[in-house]
Amino acid sequence: MTAISPAADRAATRETSIAVAEARAKARLHRRHALVIGLRLAILVVFLALWELGADYNFIDPFFFSSPSGIWEQIWSWVTEGTSQGPLWLQIYVTLEETFLGFVIGALGGIAAGIILGRNRLLADVFSIYIKIANSVPRVVLGSVFIIALGLGMASKVALAVVMVFFVVFANAFQGVREADRSMIANAQILGASPFQITTTVIIPSAMSWILASLHVSFGFALVGAVVGEFLGAKQGMGLLISTAQGAFNANGVFAAMIILAVMALVVEFIITRFENYVVKWRPAPFNEQGA
Amino acid sequence: MQLQTMAAEKLSPAAPPADAAIAIDDVTLRFVTPDGHMMTAIRDFTMTVARGEFACVVGPTGCGKSTTLNLVTGLLRPTTGNVRVMGNPVTEISRDIGFVFQSDALFPWRSVIDNVAAGPLYRGTPKAEAYERARDWIARVGLARFEKHYPHQLSGGMRKRVALAQTFINQPKILLMDEPFSALDMQTRTAMQDELLDLWSEQKSSVVFVTHDLEEAVALADKVYVLTAGPGTVKSVYRIDLPRPRVMADIRYDPKFIEIAKVIWSDLREEVQLGQNRGLQTGH
Repeated sequence: MTAISPAADRAATRETSIAVAEARAKARLHRRHALVIGLRLAILVVFLALWELGADYNFIDPFFFSSPSGIWEQIWSWVTEGTSQGPLWLQIYVTLEETFLGFVIGALGGIAAGIILGRNRLLADVFSIYIKIANSVPRVVLGSVFIIALGLGMASKVALAVVMVFFVVFANAFQGVREADRSMIANAQILGASPFQITTTVIIPSAMSWILASLHVSFGFALVGAVVGEFLGAKQGMGLLISTAQGAFNANGVFAAMIILAVMALVVEFIITRFENYVVKWRPAPFNEQGA
Repeated sequence: MQLQTMAAEKLSPAAPPADAAIAIDDVTLRFVTPDGHMMTAIRDFTMTVARGEFACVVGPTGCGKSTTLNLVTGLLRPTTGNVRVMGNPVTEISRDIGFVFQSDALFPWRSVIDNVAAGPLYRGTPKAEAYERARDWIARVGLARFEKHYPHQLSGGMRKRVALAQTFINQPKILLMDEPFSALDMQTRTAMQDELLDLWSEQKSSVVFVTHDLEEAVALADKVYVLTAGPGTVKSVYRIDLPRPRVMADIRYDPKFIEIAKVIWSDLREEVQLGQNRGLQTGH
């Protein structure tokens, strides 16, 4: 038997060819990234241009479907001159405040309920049927009830946002608790953890990725709850702005408010993603970073 | 039989003595499946592990090997018969027990040092002392440079080292291991087996090591329990008189080792075939 060792004399040429290949691969990645960004911008520009031209030449009736320039003028006038209900920032602030309160209360309640029911078989079996029923009620309708009961102020909008958020977060927290790894729980138990320690150090962290996933969706729901609540009856807020614009057949106003709401949602989504990355920094990086 | 003259001495099962580290005495375990049937996991099972002894349990898939470990932890209760640990009946999870799982039971959201310190912290050790001991144990399994890493950043073998440190830091008098190295590649497994034998000889704990790998069992154990195809019961017990300390990389070429493995394999083979045929019939 002879051991075969590779020749070492060609090491230098090998090094340089590796460096060249590496530089090429990097350049290729760079080009691809630029291509993706470029295509995204191109699609946006083409879309807006077609819309604008379509409105100019009356293929699209700007009275119903507005036009990019009309929307921009509307936003600009809201920013500079204020809306019929007062300054724009106040409308944004009111809607955001309702959304946040509803989101926080609903999420905390959902997490707590999910963990309690997830950890207690009997409670889960008893309450599961009622939660299913409550979940199948179209919750937006509750907005009318809340406005009758809680008035036109902030409370009715917050209540609607809470109801919208609670069930989504609850369902995820419950599932997350149930999916906690059996052997990880047994491991903690044998290492000496009490039931309370198991809940805080094993159950909650392992349900965390489920809960965080639901927070992304449910912030959108909270916003829907607040806006629909305002739509149904309010003195301030983006929902009222839409409702007023609708009443005046002002399509520009509806679209403008919609875009402002979308920007709000995107900003908060960005903040939640940052928070998520901070909380679950133990997680391996995903193979394909979306939107990077 | 001629077995008596060889290194593998076949023992006759007897009622366990009172001072054994682990005594499982004539235990049958039945449970009700979710669709309402009674299932027998193990029947008429008797097993004794003396203090400081290393026992391995081998048997075909699904014969209730892991069940025996859960009886010792107290996570499962016997339907009939009784289980005693260090002379006391098992009523709750004993502080003397350590358990190494087949799957990764590390906490992925905790760094290596936080994982290893978990046991002492759960048991109320002050934080500074817990971390000092954790640092010490991490160094002993050779991972001092990886204290701050998370489990997903480590290789399978390194994660197993963390699991060993996490278990040994509690200084268990009884160590239960459920196919702990089955997911590792050959070289890593051999290294981990050596590591385990080192730690075991320092700590003088009593070990029950469940495996489906007969060679692993013979290489590690003082005593090998062969189980029948499910519902499992003890088919035979062998005492392995290979000298210690053993070196895992060499022992598999030892003629005595090969001889023992052959003898026990001829015993185990029919159970494995039985288990497989049954599995094919029921579609498991």
